[in-house]
Amino acid sequence: MTAGQDHPRRRAASGGLRTLVSGPAGVFGLVVVTLLLLSASVSFLWTPYDPQLTDPFAKWLAPSPAHLLGTDEVGRDIFSLLLVGARVTVAVAIGSAVVSTVIGVALAALGSLTRRWVRETVAVLIDILIAFPTLLIAMMIASVFGGSLWVVIWAVGISFGVNIARVTRPEIRRVSHSEYVLAGKAAGLGPVRNLTRHLLPNVAPVFIVQLSWSMAVAVLAEAGLSYLGYGAPSSVPSWGRMLSELQTYLAVHPLSVLWPGLAITITVLALNLLGDALRDATDPTLGRRGPASTPTSPQGVTA
Amino acid sequence: MSLDVQDLVVTLGGRRVVDGVSFSVPAGARFGLIGESGSGKSLTALAILGLLPDGASVSGSIRWQGEELLGRDDRELARIRGREIGIVFQEPRTALNPIRTIGRQIGEPLRIHEGLSKREALDRAVELAARVRLPDPERIVRRYPHQLSGGQRQRVAAAIALACGPSLLIADEPTTALDVTIQSEILGLFERLVSETGASLVFITHDLAVLSRIASDAVVLAQGKVVEAGPVAQLLSMPVSPVTQRLLAAAKTMSWKGEDDD
Repeated sequence: MTAGQDHPRRRAASGGLRTLVSGPAGVFGLVVVTLLLLSASVSFLWTPYDPQLTDPFAKWLAPSPAHLLGTDEVGRDIFSLLLVGARVTVAVAIGSAVVSTVIGVALAALGSLTRRWVRETVAVLIDILIAFPTLLIAMMIASVFGGSLWVVIWAVGISFGVNIARVTRPEIRRVSHSEYVLAGKAAGLGPVRNLTRHLLPNVAPVFIVQLSWSMAVAVLAEAGLSYLGYGAPSSVPSWGRMLSELQTYLAVHPLSVLWPGLAITITVLALNLLGDALRDATDPTLGRRGPASTPTSPQGVTA
Repeated sequence: MSLDVQDLVVTLGGRRVVDGVSFSVPAGARFGLIGESGSGKSLTALAILGLLPDGASVSGSIRWQGEELLGRDDRELARIRGREIGIVFQEPRTALNPIRTIGRQIGEPLRIHEGLSKREALDRAVELAARVRLPDPERIVRRYPHQLSGGQRQRVAAAIALACGPSLLIADEPTTALDVTIQSEILGLFERLVSETGASLVFITHDLAVLSRIASDAVVLAQGKVVEAGPVAQLLSMPVSPVTQRLLAAAKTMSWKGEDDD
């Protein structure tokens, strides 16, 4: 067999997308995240019922064509509530992803690419910050500013930003000491190009996994913090609030609490799987299926 | 003299790892730096390019085409690196970025120094791949480093170093990480490339047998100091310093059992 004789040329971008959807994990993650975004945006235009509409005569209805997932203790339509709650989930996931990216990248860069005393100090700072659990940060912020979605976003963003920095910092150190970065400098690359061509792309896989994890945790944390009363106010329907309200009736109406629980679980799982699939797609050295991954045969070597 | 190193001292962590090294490489010459590991030969090469690790301090003089390189700022040096002086490192496995295609890595110096577009750079990369005798150049430029053999990767590294037609090529143990038959091919490649382009060559190695094939003059380094200098033929026939004698003895035993190696 001669060097890759029988595989079609592929462009890097389409190849990456193909890898992303080539496994069930990637497809699942992509589908769920798309559905989530879709329901959040659809909820602005249409929901089966007004999610805040209470109806004392329609409480605890079982799932039926009229109420797809049934109704809650005041007769609100659970499906409509889930659709509207998806907005909060999306906002929290994206918001905390942005915050943790900014904090994480800034800390990691400061902790790896600067003078020795700066980066050592930052490393110690990261170690101290990582000791603060998300919940504690949320309580600290909430005690000053009161409970709101921003508390969730900032609390998860800060604690995961530190997490990202902690994992990314040694990775940047490793890559920046690697020979290809030196070789890049030897080829005349300036610091900025070295950063964009060599450093960031090679750190990206680690970073992507951390980021998807932080989004997943943000969804969970919103549920947890809203449950404890630090998150969304009661006027804003969110999955976490639904869960906390419905679980008090767990023994009487176990089915109704299932829906927000399922929504949270599936979303968290999908974000994690999507992160893994994205990492695989950005790293050509991880087994890309098909003949493209077969190394050039010895016959090809003769020169 | 195209390259003139005088009294080069590199201090790293309080130790003088390069200690008063001097040598000159005339234009078009093939020059060898030989020594055991830790003798300071690689650091000498890095000092020429201004790529010493953080915390290293350097003194002495490195003149390139009559101009002093030491003390120049990084941006000026970046213009020389890759364009006038190219370097090939020892380990082709780690010297290439694992997640960029071969073609983009070969084309990189051309994009930096000659401002070529992506398309033009890729076309030139194909030409360069052909020049270093990579098989099936059109296709190989779309591959990733892990899909190539060690010898092929070293050819890629040579293509990167030669992309802008530098007038000095530094080869830092380019054959050490390869097995014996590939070593010989790569040596042949370097020989051909420098004679085709007329570039000077500074070849760094610990193997006197390899050196005798490619360089005409050499300096022997030990613990950062020059212990012997002169034509390679003379180092082979009348080694004066004990270090050279040891290297010569090692080269002889190596060629004895060279076939069994690896």
